[in-house]
Amino acid sequence: MSIKINNLTHIYNEGTAMAKTAIDDINLEISDGEFIGLIGHTGSGKSTLIQHLNALIKPSRGEILLNGVDINAEKSKLKSIRQRVGLVFQYPEHQLFEMTVYKDVCYGPTNLGLSEVEIDQRAKKALETVGIGEEIYEKSPFELSGGQKRRVAIAGILAMQPDVLILDEPTAGLDPKGRDEILNAIDEMHKRLGIIVILVSHSMEDVARLVDRIIVMHHGKIVVTGTSKEVFGQAKMLESIGLAAPQVSYVMMGLKEKGFNVPQDVYTIDEATEVLYSMLKQVK
Amino acid sequence: MIRDITIGQYYMVDSPIHSLDPRLKLIATFVYVICLFIINDVYTYAFSMLALAGIIAVSKVPLKFIMRGIKSIIVIIIFTAIINVLTTKGTHVLYELGWFTVTLEGVYMATKMVVRLIMLIVSSSLLTLTTTPIQLTDGIEYLLKPFQKIGVPSHEIAMMMTIALRFIPTLLDETDKIMKAQQARGADFETGGLMEKAKSLVPILVPLFISAFRRADELAMAMEARCYHGGDNRTRMNVMALQKNDYYAMAVICGFVVCLIIIMLVM
Ligand SMILES: Nc1ncnc2c1ncn2[C@@H]1O[C@H](COP(=O)(O)OP(=O)(O)OP(=O)(O)O)[C@@H](O)[C@H]1O
Ligand SMILES: [Mg+2]
Repeated sequence: MSIKINNLTHIYNEGTAMAKTAIDDINLEISDGEFIGLIGHTGSGKSTLIQHLNALIKPSRGEILLNGVDINAEKSKLKSIRQRVGLVFQYPEHQLFEMTVYKDVCYGPTNLGLSEVEIDQRAKKALETVGIGEEIYEKSPFELSGGQKRRVAIAGILAMQPDVLILDEPTAGLDPKGRDEILNAIDEMHKRLGIIVILVSHSMEDVARLVDRIIVMHHGKIVVTGTSKEVFGQAKMLESIGLAAPQVSYVMMGLKEKGFNVPQDVYTIDEATEVLYSMLKQVK
Repeated sequence: MIRDITIGQYYMVDSPIHSLDPRLKLIATFVYVICLFIINDVYTYAFSMLALAGIIAVSKVPLKFIMRGIKSIIVIIIFTAIINVLTTKGTHVLYELGWFTVTLEGVYMATKMVVRLIMLIVSSSLLTLTTTPIQLTDGIEYLLKPFQKIGVPSHEIAMMMTIALRFIPTLLDETDKIMKAQQARGADFETGGLMEKAKSLVPILVPLFISAFRRADELAMAMEARCYHGGDNRTRMNVMALQKNDYYAMAVICGFVVCLIIIMLVM
């Protein structure tokens, strides 16, 4: 599976006084199995961009190719596109509606018109992936905790077995434990299934730790894209567009200013721990 | 898509009519509507129409927007016309149509009713076109105050209207979001029979209700946290006060009514 975006522009309320260009002439290519991190200041157009990828929003101009095929070319294929590109919205727990957790996860596969056996298998597998045990299947989704709700909602998308999984700030409003559980589940899934994952996040730490490639958006344009080292190396530029490098990189900068000879391209806590550890050993 | 629905139809432009006191505009509309039901002959009709045209011109609202209000009740207008033409009895028979006879009186009556209906709609939509919903509720609250003595909770009514208006865009947004989220799970709201369509609404309505109740709860809590306790002893941020223009407008309204009476007496 590969995604190609050509000259995509989206203008909300086009032709009225309230017209707002949310996406401004974006070109982008995502190849099979990539784990992408999408970052950008509030209102930079991240959510708008990802909603184009499963044809929930139509481009004002430009096209989106999924395996070389324009997704907006044929209206009848919409369901198949939404099956292949799974989109988990921000606060996905707000979409829960069924009487039981199990039934809610079955909603997606049922809409795809699968057989009952297949639906059952997929739902159970999806719930297992996000770490929801069988004892919760028959509970009402509304009596679960916030983190559990979130995981059930994500399972609702996973049960459609998409080839591309997009998550819009999946950890917003969760406690650190809930956050780590969800991110680890996503990471594991990416490794196991080899699908494309696009993670929208405001946490530079999470992005630095997890993704292969970072895309930075600002005012509806892509400012830079590259590995975390390439992107977070430009801390000044990121700050100028309302973002920042991960916290540890500022620790490294501070140490360097104080005269310690530490590498500057350290962006995750694990790396930093290692670097500081070996440095302390040398000092001794 | 769903955002396209506009509630209220305020047309933002700077005109003397827009800046009038909402209370005055409410009263003026009320007076005009009453006049519409009293007037009876060609001269008074013509005069009322002329007055309305004058106000439209001053308000700077394009005719296109005013006509929109008429478009939405075109069926009622046509229905009124047909009923009046067919059921009014008269002596000048124009056309015989089986059981019904079309008479000159019928046509005259129908024209009168249609014109009256159109003027009614135009005058009331002119009120909403030139007054923001918030100003309107403020005006209504003030005008209902005298009825507080007989138990009309004017402040509460106005507060409910304000909150409802405030949350309409929010709920539309929310609906849009939930629809998209369910579409991402393969929901299909367009095809299928009536039953299927009704069924497909459940995944939208359940989350929508839950979120509406949650919001209501949160809002109530936030209002209480800021010591809201109803209308007693509350002062307002924008105190409505009559300006020079409002007095001119009052004179115009009185002038209009007086002229109308004179015309009716003379003719
Ligand atoms: N349905 C809509 N109608 C009109 N304008 C919209 C709509 N949705 C978003 N916008 C505008 O488009 C711009 C981009 O919004 P978008 O939601 O894509 O930003 P974002 O990067 O996801 O922000 P955040 O980090 O806050 O989620 C914003 O300026 C927003 O006001
Ligand atoms: Mg967003």
